Amino acid sequence: MDLFEYQGKRYFARYGIPTSAGGVADTVDEVVAQAQRAGYPVVVKAQVKVGGRGKAGGIKLARDAAEARAHATAILGMDIKGHRVRRVWVEHASDIAREYYASFTLDRAAKLHLCMVSAKGGVDIEEVAATDAGAIARLHVDPVDGLALERAAALVEEAGLDPEARGQAAELLVALYRCYTEGDCDLAEINPLILTTEGRVHALDAKVTLDDNAAYRHPEWEEFAETETLDERERLAKEKGLNYIGLSGSVGIIANGAGLAMSTLDVVNQVGGSAANFLDVGGGANADVMAAALEVINSDAAVRSIFVNIFGGITRCDEVAKGIVEALGRVDLRSPIVLRLDGTNAEAGHEILADHVSDRLIVDETMLGAARQAVALAGGAR
Amino acid sequence: MSIFVDESTKVVVQGLTGSQGRFHGLRNRDYGTKVVAGVTPGKGGTDVDGIPVYDTVAEAVAATGADASFVVVPPKGAATAIIEAAAAGIGFIVCITEGIPAQDEALFYNTLIRDYPDTRLLGPNCPGVISPGKCNIGITSGDIALPGGPVGIVSRSGTLTYQALHELSQQKVGQTTCVGIGGDPVPGTSFIDCLAAFEADPDTRAVMMIGEIGGSAEEEAAAFIKQSMTKPVVCYVAGVTAPPGRKMGHAGAIISGSQGTAQAKMAALADAGATVALNPTEAGERMVEIVKTLA
Repeated sequence: MDLFEYQGKRYFARYGIPTSAGGVADTVDEVVAQAQRAGYPVVVKAQVKVGGRGKAGGIKLARDAAEARAHATAILGMDIKGHRVRRVWVEHASDIAREYYASFTLDRAAKLHLCMVSAKGGVDIEEVAATDAGAIARLHVDPVDGLALERAAALVEEAGLDPEARGQAAELLVALYRCYTEGDCDLAEINPLILTTEGRVHALDAKVTLDDNAAYRHPEWEEFAETETLDERERLAKEKGLNYIGLSGSVGIIANGAGLAMSTLDVVNQVGGSAANFLDVGGGANADVMAAALEVINSDAAVRSIFVNIFGGITRCDEVAKGIVEALGRVDLRSPIVLRLDGTNAEAGHEILADHVSDRLIVDETMLGAARQAVALAGGAR
Repeated sequence: MSIFVDESTKVVVQGLTGSQGRFHGLRNRDYGTKVVAGVTPGKGGTDVDGIPVYDTVAEAVAATGADASFVVVPPKGAATAIIEAAAAGIGFIVCITEGIPAQDEALFYNTLIRDYPDTRLLGPNCPGVISPGKCNIGITSGDIALPGGPVGIVSRSGTLTYQALHELSQQKVGQTTCVGIGGDPVPGTSFIDCLAAFEADPDTRAVMMIGEIGGSAEEEAAAFIKQSMTKPVVCYVAGVTAPPGRKMGHAGAIISGSQGTAQAKMAALADAGATVALNPTEAGERMVEIVKTLA
């Protein structure tokens, strides 16, 4: 789960990472009130989970209430790369002397944590990595050892941070490592990490991705889940406990297993179609799960055909076939289904389906054949 | 021959008394696997369908000589169970648990490397390993596997592993061993570990490798194939059309930027001399053609 900047800053604060004081606002009047509290000049920052807010006009400096009101009016409701701005963060503007970069993430190749620090912050760090790789100092951290202050101090020195920032930056890195590990982050990134003209180091931004698998030991994450922005289809799928991602095509997809579901998207694409979604029903493709999956896909107005791709392993195909037949009785589908059912007990499964096959339920033995039929029913290849 | 397991492998199931542990443990035994013990703290002295249950792995090992473990416990207890098995001298641990926090995985992976370098962990979040006709540890359906080789299979995805087994078995092409390494961020066993083992196994004459988007495991495997593999490799990478930046079920399947895309992985594998198929069916067909030329 990605956090909004304001949530990331609150999360940082739990671990003692210094951030700018500020508050959130959902209306123009609230922005002015928050600005009053923070003290002018203030920065009004759009809260969206996408990069490039500044360039899109989503971050503005206000010197007085009139400016705060004008910026708030412009930013609230703004569309940034498809993300509607519903909330802003208002904080006292910092006097920035230098901008740095700091992050922790897992280096999957090394199977160790990776800390990256750069004196060239405030800009697209991937750009820095591509054009000036030497400007980023890297340190692998073995989780068994943890991060000692001395190693953090050596890293900020290697990164070339200004001498007056180093002590505070090293301490901040140790706190950020605690936030990343104990706080179960997939990513904890500060860009920019600033040195103010008064000589203070703090986080001016916060990019935090939480590991959903760790939610069970973080009851405090509930407030973050409430603000997750899901579209209607995704909301319905989440209610029903399905692993669903909405896409923009016309062929609805149901498959068992994430790999097979991804593969199903690929095959639909290869024969010239486009998928309306990713939906993994997992191992147990019984009637309840299948009916729930079909309901979610049925709620998507763009869907013209549904490709159900099931490979029976432990879940036997005859059980899956029974589940599909029962689900069809429960859900009033707008679109025809093309079904590919293979694996354990496939023949028994096809016998069960034989009486139900029609122009609304088409059975095809192969993935490619079924994909072609589903794409044809959805209006043909591009 | 097979890799990692064979007909002499003795398995202790950690979590045998749970519903999942019982279901899969007994299935594995029915397949012919030597399931010699179960472990559930507090349930020592009982049995599950005749399989003795012990309080600790150490007790199970002392009593039965178990040398492999099958970990079927919830995410909260998985890290402790894995380390306990390693400390008891188990050399091969299969963990199918899905939903373990990445921080825990990074910690127990590095603990194993440091304190128990002779122990191999497969998974977590993987379907397990099957050497057809000899040993099945995990959740793979034994019915779809065909003994005798000559193909070794290694895969990051569960259902696509089954699909690969099925496609080959239908064409009467057998498998030496089929290993599901799982799609989590810190897998205990990598593609390269499996490729190297297949390369060294005289009965394995070709390898099918199934990858997916996210991470760089396929790129690393490609470098290994280029340098060290003499046996033919057929690859398929799922997720060509996955939208950037979205998680698709597996924690491992995340694309960020251009790195980790299916296209980049396929290009690297093709460059390494592997045969790259565009879908699982085609991968099966390519492998059948290759096996014909080996005969």
